[in-house]
Amino acid sequence: MKCPLTEHIRPGEAPLALEAYEKKGGYSAARKAVGKMAPEQITSMVTDSHLRGRGGAGFPTGQKWSFVPMEKEVHRRKYLVVNADEMEPATFKDRLLLEGNPHQLIEGILLSAYAVQADIAYIFLRRAYVTAAQRLAQAIAEAYDSSYLGSNILGSGFNLELHLHSSAGRYICGEETALLNALEGRRATPRSKPPFPPVVGLWGKPTVTNNVETICNIPHIVNHGADWFRRLSRTPNGGTKIYGVSGRVKRPGAWELPMGTTIREIFEERAGGMQEGYRFRGLLPGGGSTDFLIKEHLDVQMDFDTVQKAGSRMGTGTMVILDDHTCPVGLVLNLIRFFAQESCGWCTPCREGLSWMARILSAIEAGQGESADLEKLQRHTGLLGMGNTYCAHAPGAMEPLQSALKYFKEDFNRHIQEKRCPWR
Amino acid sequence: MLTRKEIAEIETEFSRYEQKQAVGVEALKIVQRHRGWVSDETLQATAEFLDMTPDELDGVATFYNHIFRKPVGRHVILICDSVTCWIMGYEDMIQHLRKRLEIDFGETTPDGRFTLLPHVCLGCCDHAPAMMIDDDLYQDLDLEKIDRILGAYE
Repeated sequence: MKCPLTEHIRPGEAPLALEAYEKKGGYSAARKAVGKMAPEQITSMVTDSHLRGRGGAGFPTGQKWSFVPMEKEVHRRKYLVVNADEMEPATFKDRLLLEGNPHQLIEGILLSAYAVQADIAYIFLRRAYVTAAQRLAQAIAEAYDSSYLGSNILGSGFNLELHLHSSAGRYICGEETALLNALEGRRATPRSKPPFPPVVGLWGKPTVTNNVETICNIPHIVNHGADWFRRLSRTPNGGTKIYGVSGRVKRPGAWELPMGTTIREIFEERAGGMQEGYRFRGLLPGGGSTDFLIKEHLDVQMDFDTVQKAGSRMGTGTMVILDDHTCPVGLVLNLIRFFAQESCGWCTPCREGLSWMARILSAIEAGQGESADLEKLQRHTGLLGMGNTYCAHAPGAMEPLQSALKYFKEDFNRHIQEKRCPWR
Repeated sequence: MLTRKEIAEIETEFSRYEQKQAVGVEALKIVQRHRGWVSDETLQATAEFLDMTPDELDGVATFYNHIFRKPVGRHVILICDSVTCWIMGYEDMIQHLRKRLEIDFGETTPDGRFTLLPHVCLGCCDHAPAMMIDDDLYQDLDLEKIDRILGAYE
């Protein structure tokens, strides 16, 4: 089985320094492409590879790049931003790539920036990833020293400045346009779209924003080609995927597997299934803002299209398992509190709605709920849904709630009838 | 008034951004590193240095979880309260911390040693429960381990 993203990552050990990375074939894609291939050629390779954004939304990467204006006569400054603000609850996949192989990311940045002809790139890193910050800073310095960054890279005439921006901690910064506002030094509220960032982004300039895992795939696509990349996957969504499992399983962790590996293989074979004394009840397949799936979905293949057909989203691909010792109402309350706290406050349904829903859920969990509360919650999953808010924050928050109301309705009812949480 | 050292550190950031104001978050982190927290006076001086109004910069400062607009202890405990840690025993951990330190969230121990704050997912869910103290990450927590860890901070 091929694991291009994690092949040179040894958890617990220091990452490869530049020279060691080069010895393993690192920066060969950069040498092959920068100044030698036409930028558009790289974009079309990425389009043909069927690489889709690994931050959670799954937008086709090549298509995103193709929106960037490429006319040479009016050269404007352009930006590439790497979204390393990994803060989705239960997600820990980008940490692995950032700490484990920073040069792979830098090579991906160089190739991606060259493809869209960006002059300046930022890595937008969450504040809490201190080790990643140190390792990235060191790798960036090494890359400048070896002419993989700076001016006239590898004698190609292409210039790229790369800056590490360490944020100050706020979930909404992971939203593409909120991230751009944060980089500009403003409150990280989302922007209205259109215009879309590839045309009007950071300081009004064309800006491509991609997730860490997305960018790390680029050197491998350039090295081995689009066909090779598509064949890594078991489904039409190309490549491998870093999946993770957390909760009461025997071996929580993250693994790079072919895209389209089933939930059962990840949960039972990799994570070893449930710990002794715990039974499986459901899972959130890709972070806190994805719908619950249950036992009947265990054979669903984890890719963007298949999980969507099953009624959820693959999201970040890092799943959290609900066990029979954990109260589903309490779990949803934990998530809704998180989303209420992290709402940027810009639009009313999200700012007001999430707090009220947290109060209702908190009352139910405390045994003070009424049967009308369930209808209220149900109605609000629509009122806070897509189309009624400025960005996907509140609609994302509604996903675990609406699916919990569907699959764990009986548990909600028991809280209300027995006037207590049956798990306490 | 900002110190010379603070000004020098903030100035090295300017070249990385198209506009001066973009340095806001980094400037706040710099002054916080030197002073422990960001007082009204510090905020005002920083805003002035960046050609911003204090309100504008305060809007940024209060937006972020890691900028402290109130005094904190010598060490800040950030305990993860997100979903996986919650499943894996967060409530026992936080009860233990409250009892041991005799403080609640947002409070500082009378000796000024620790401030206790909740924190969103720390991104190490395969080693839950987890917390950070200052820049150090601690994983796979249990009650004894917490006691040992706290003992290492003065």
